[in-house]
Amino acid sequence: MNPVIEIAIRHRLGTFELDASFASTGRLTALFGRSGSGKTSLVNIIGGLIAPTEGRVVIDGQVLVDTQAGVFVPKHRRRIGYVFQEARLFPHLTVRQNLLFGRWFAPRDATTGSELPGVLDLLGIGHLLERRPGALSGGEKQRVAIGRALLSKPRLLLMDEPLASLDEARKAEILPYIERLRDEIGVPIVYVSHSVAEVVRLATTLVTVDQGRVTACGSTGEVMSRLGVGGLSGAVEAGSIIEARVAGHDEDYDLTRLATRAGTLQVARSAMPPGGRVRVRILASDVLISLGPPVGVSALNVLPGRIMGIGERATGGAVELLIDCGGEKLLARLTAKSVDALGLAPGSAVHAVIKSVSIEGP
Amino acid sequence: MSDWLSPEEWTAVRLSLIVATTAMLASLPFGLAVAWLLARGRFWGKSILDAVVHLPLIMPPVVTGYLLLIWFGRRGPVGQFLDEYFGIVLSFRWTGAVLASAVMGFPLMVRAIRLSIEAVDRKLEDAAGTLGANPSYVFLVVTLPLCLPGILVGMILCFAKAMGEFGATITFVSNIPGETQTLPSAIYTFTQVPNGDAGAMRLTLISIAISVAALFVSEWLARLVGRRIAVE
Repeated sequence: MNPVIEIAIRHRLGTFELDASFASTGRLTALFGRSGSGKTSLVNIIGGLIAPTEGRVVIDGQVLVDTQAGVFVPKHRRRIGYVFQEARLFPHLTVRQNLLFGRWFAPRDATTGSELPGVLDLLGIGHLLERRPGALSGGEKQRVAIGRALLSKPRLLLMDEPLASLDEARKAEILPYIERLRDEIGVPIVYVSHSVAEVVRLATTLVTVDQGRVTACGSTGEVMSRLGVGGLSGAVEAGSIIEARVAGHDEDYDLTRLATRAGTLQVARSAMPPGGRVRVRILASDVLISLGPPVGVSALNVLPGRIMGIGERATGGAVELLIDCGGEKLLARLTAKSVDALGLAPGSAVHAVIKSVSIEGP
Repeated sequence: MSDWLSPEEWTAVRLSLIVATTAMLASLPFGLAVAWLLARGRFWGKSILDAVVHLPLIMPPVVTGYLLLIWFGRRGPVGQFLDEYFGIVLSFRWTGAVLASAVMGFPLMVRAIRLSIEAVDRKLEDAAGTLGANPSYVFLVVTLPLCLPGILVGMILCFAKAMGEFGATITFVSNIPGETQTLPSAIYTFTQVPNGDAGAMRLTLISIAISVAALFVSEWLARLVGRRIAVE
């Protein structure tokens, strides 16, 4: 299979030097790294906003940049959608005009069939059409920006920290839309982020960037097993977010049962009606690992799974594990001693014992 | 109304409106182009262009008028060329009054448009580019609408300046009733003759009324446009 994206560039910005190369076939390739690591410059080079000092960029088999051959396709001919950190909607146009902006320039025979009704439905923005961008909330703006990029019929979608300027509730509002984008629309996505939770949840391929260099590239599980998330991001509050449906309530014990792909979770009684959709967050430090089904523990929530990757030992002796529980990815943080004592390795079948689950809202 | 003003006075008012409107409309394309060059261009001699555009603002109007007379007069190098090849004569014609007031209003127009172009968020233009719009289309549907308030302000300033322009006009095209006698020239003439005070006062009131009306129209337009593009 041809790589969706193949890039090998060198670019100098003042004293900062970007020297990056990677190739990806993933549906959602996450560029992950600290702020200032060069992620945004990298997507700007892919999108054609910056011309690299030297190198090649190949998307879907077409050479967009090749400094040796003197090729540089300008941004308006690349057919690469770009969702910026700020929505960048056109303030003088209505939401409808914003959405349809790119349609005038898209080739008529474009195969990626994103039509207006479908996109409105996918992003839940049908009721906003006649408004102006000034009257939208941050989350709504970002959804319209995503729709606008999709409707230009791109063959690749770049998303540069699209959630960074939003608060936690708005992030939770948009994440499922990005998941649907990844799973339902046939447009590969390059997603820039410095949030472990987002990357773990969204990425199929993970490219880590540090000080202008690509430090790892591969499937999410594999890269995490090589590098460890904690050591990379310095994120203390690393955790996972899992999609859930309210399955019912346990009146005797004041508990609510949540059905997830990973299994059933029980949390403190919530007011949500059965059938409602919620998201739950599980902090990596709230997950214990047991080799067999645990007996005699107080924790209610135990999910069976398989270790996808084990991180490297960070300062403080902590190690992060990525566990695949029925398709959901769960992050766990253990001590290096526990990992060795249990003999954990990628592929090991384990049970994740969850101490605490918090509901993130619908 | 027609009893109130003499036919000559009416002619001066009408001529002034025609001259100012023509000057405003004729300098708009040039004003846009120069403002764009000054706001976005990177070329050798940019500061020279900037200085030349601003010269009429700082030079005595009479000097501007005299320079126009030398270059655009019948025997001036540019005037001769225009006469020979296009049959356009500027000196001592109303078209010359248009040129004089356009030159005087030009720096005001360019300044206003340039500021509004500089205020346009380049990131929006980048976004339009990634959506497939080529640079000229980006200019037409993103940049131009976003600096519309500045363009309107520039046009009104140019119009107001042209309505009031006196020194350059009288030097270049003189003060010929019915041909080049605009409102200010007519007022000046009244002040030079005995018993002209009443006429001067009438024209002065009209002049004030037109200026105030122009100001209101520009405020109203700016608010209308501003509401449409209420920037986030």
